Amino acid sequence: MSGPAEKFVLEPERFEFTASPLHQFELARRDFFKILGSGIAVFAIAKDAFAAQETAPGHRSFHTEDLPKDISAWLHVGEDGIVTGFTGKAEIGQNIRTSLAQTIADELRVPFESVRMVTADTALTPFDMGTFGSRTTPTITPQLRRVASAARDLLIEAAAKEWNIASAGLVAADAKVTDTASGRSLKYTELARGKTLAQNLPAEDPITPASQWTVAGKAVPKVEARAFVTGKHQYTPDLHPEGMLHGKVLRPPSFGATLVSCDDSAARALTGVVVVRDGDFVGVAAPSAHQAQRALDAIHAQWKEVPQISSKEIFSYLKQNATAKSDDRNRQQKGSIADGLAAAAHRLDATYNVAYIAHAPLEPRAALAHWTDGKLTVWTGTQRPFANRDELANLFHVPESSVRVIVPDTGSAYGGKHTSDAAIEAARLARAAGRPVKVVWTREEEFTWAYFRPAGVIEIKSGISSDGTLTAWEFHNYHSGSSGIETPYDVANHRTEYHAVPLILRSGSYRGLAATANHFARESHMDALASLAKMDPLDFRMKNLSNPRMRAVLEAAARSFGWPRKKTQDGQGFGVACGDEKGSYVATCAEIAVDKKSGAVRVVRLVEAFECGAIVNPDGLRNQVVGAMIQGLGGALFEAIEFENGRITNPRFANYRVPRFRDIPVIEAVLLDRKDIPSAGAGETPIMTVAPAIGNAIFDASGVRLHNLPMVPNGLRSA
Amino acid sequence: MPIEIEVNGKRYPVNYPPDTPLLSVLRDELLLSGTKYGCGEGQCGACTVLIAGAPRRSCQIPVSAVAGKVVTTIEGLEKDGRLHPVQQAFLDAGAFQCAFCTSGMIMSSVGLLQTNANPSPADVVQFLQGNVCRCGTHPRIIEAVRHAAKLMQEHGR
Repeated sequence: MSGPAEKFVLEPERFEFTASPLHQFELARRDFFKILGSGIAVFAIAKDAFAAQETAPGHRSFHTEDLPKDISAWLHVGEDGIVTGFTGKAEIGQNIRTSLAQTIADELRVPFESVRMVTADTALTPFDMGTFGSRTTPTITPQLRRVASAARDLLIEAAAKEWNIASAGLVAADAKVTDTASGRSLKYTELARGKTLAQNLPAEDPITPASQWTVAGKAVPKVEARAFVTGKHQYTPDLHPEGMLHGKVLRPPSFGATLVSCDDSAARALTGVVVVRDGDFVGVAAPSAHQAQRALDAIHAQWKEVPQISSKEIFSYLKQNATAKSDDRNRQQKGSIADGLAAAAHRLDATYNVAYIAHAPLEPRAALAHWTDGKLTVWTGTQRPFANRDELANLFHVPESSVRVIVPDTGSAYGGKHTSDAAIEAARLARAAGRPVKVVWTREEEFTWAYFRPAGVIEIKSGISSDGTLTAWEFHNYHSGSSGIETPYDVANHRTEYHAVPLILRSGSYRGLAATANHFARESHMDALASLAKMDPLDFRMKNLSNPRMRAVLEAAARSFGWPRKKTQDGQGFGVACGDEKGSYVATCAEIAVDKKSGAVRVVRLVEAFECGAIVNPDGLRNQVVGAMIQGLGGALFEAIEFENGRITNPRFANYRVPRFRDIPVIEAVLLDRKDIPSAGAGETPIMTVAPAIGNAIFDASGVRLHNLPMVPNGLRSA
Repeated sequence: MPIEIEVNGKRYPVNYPPDTPLLSVLRDELLLSGTKYGCGEGQCGACTVLIAGAPRRSCQIPVSAVAGKVVTTIEGLEKDGRLHPVQQAFLDAGAFQCAFCTSGMIMSSVGLLQTNANPSPADVVQFLQGNVCRCGTHPRIIEAVRHAAKLMQEHGR
């Protein structure tokens, strides 16, 4: 691969919540067949699965001696013809329930309709770190292919035994094994009947290359889609077991406030109300939500507040409070910046700021908890069921085997549902109530007590020669994170550094992590350098870019967009940006229109080319790419969390603006299918280049270079 | 005397206080959970239902206000196992990802098509401006509503 010669490993993205390593699976093989019925099963040693997930660059450390030695189920072929695949990943709208079923159907040679997936249930599925980092497709897809391939071999062997012949001439296809010599065949259902045949995943078993896929690689509609258009699918907030209570939690008036005193006598006097005080935790549970709210309102609490940083001063604060010296892991250097700058014909230094933003998933954080005989079961929309389980076990001082976390298909997350907050609250209340308790956060709680994509300051120093060749590139990210911090451009002298700052607001993962901030800064800056070099922005990038995959997405986006384009009206502007992250490549072209009178900026058209290796489901992929582009519009143009004195001052959809129908431009997603490259994930990378492409188009239209995200919360004032 | 409300052709006595938002009564008392809570302030459209045929945000309406009126929720669209054309159109267009906004989108669109049988894309955009989709499935939703208009004309509904 070309581009930067050495791919260096920076600190693992600090804003990806990390899971603690794991442990024991509850389901012994015998129990497994009891639940699923007779059939043929292939198990993976969990250690393999765990290791496979962690072979990504930038992996975090874990202790191998802690790894589970148990075997976990991955795939079962039932005598009823139903094939069940198991994964600890959660379905959060990214459509893995469909794409993973396609993968199994493809490799096992069965119809797509006969495959079902059991997902994200700590009692039934193998351990999983969490649904994040675009890891499902690159890790779980090949795992499931391997187990499906092994299951196919088992079925062939079973047929060979049945016929008392060698397995060499037997072929598996269409859910049956056929003896090519005689033409006789046995259905999988017949082969599985009455058997409890299990095998561990062999170390080596070839899987079907993408060029020979039949079910995978094609557009398949979302499974169980009918349940969603009829309102029958039950998300966590929709669960309502008999005897359930509604829980609510008393929130402090500001971040960091501590409870001084609390009079809950009036709340306790209410019929049917359970009040829990445990340290600073104060919560209630009642038969209805309005009774719970009334009880909460009846509690009189006094809090001690502490001074807090406000959003107005955040960027100077971040700069001033950065760790003086970052350690070597956070820094990468090649050549000499001083030499590079000395050789430059043009120098350009700039600072970029990125605001805190919220995920605002439409399904708020929610959990239903139920204790029976000292064992806890929690249903919750989380991206990290196993980590949630561990956290609950720790907090309630019970063994992990006494906690089961089940994730109903969830109303989205975007990196925002890693923590166990609602689960902990519901479990605490349920333990006191002795009944199931459901906690559903309000929108205001979502906007206040969840966590945010961190703010950041990025400083760039750079130089180019008179012919537009990059000679120096120095890039510093303060606080927001190290994802996507490496430049993909060829530059002899570069220095990249991430500077940690202690948290101000609770911060965590957000789709693409800091790659969006880092790409915004880098690609805006590259555009400014192109302008200094008096070069077309696309030509300037190509001149400094040798990575063929990056060049291919740039070319594809430019072709569909019609780059370079002549302006046909006043206020029109065109911009381009590109990037790579997590094994996939993206380029975006934007057309915008600035109303010079009002300063209003309208995104007219976005064209994005995306390449993530072999495409598993082009329909689902298109949804993810278009979705990321639209979500990216919000952070690019107007989303920002405002805060003062430890309070979020815009914790509502009325004053935290998210993209709506009128904001949606003409959108084209160009998907490049590289069957020769293993599939990478696609949930994140397509969001990264939206903001810089738009910013560069605004510059093209107005001559104004915008350095802050969001770029135009109040329109383009200086246009 | 408890209030009585009519939802999806069925009459229910309501025991919750009369100022309780219709959304809470639907979800928590009648256990019709297809209608979603997204914000509680009428800003996201996830809780949209039809009241006397018109799309309304059920989180903003006290249950007492719908006494004697006909309420239709997402659960009431399907007739004899046949999807409403708008539901069918969303299914055909794959117009959802996490689908948490889908009930509200469908109910709003049913409302739109009752007053505008052949909406332009701009009409759809205007009408659905109050419905939030966080997954960014807007282009397919617009396509689905236009497809639904065709289905409804074909089926004479």
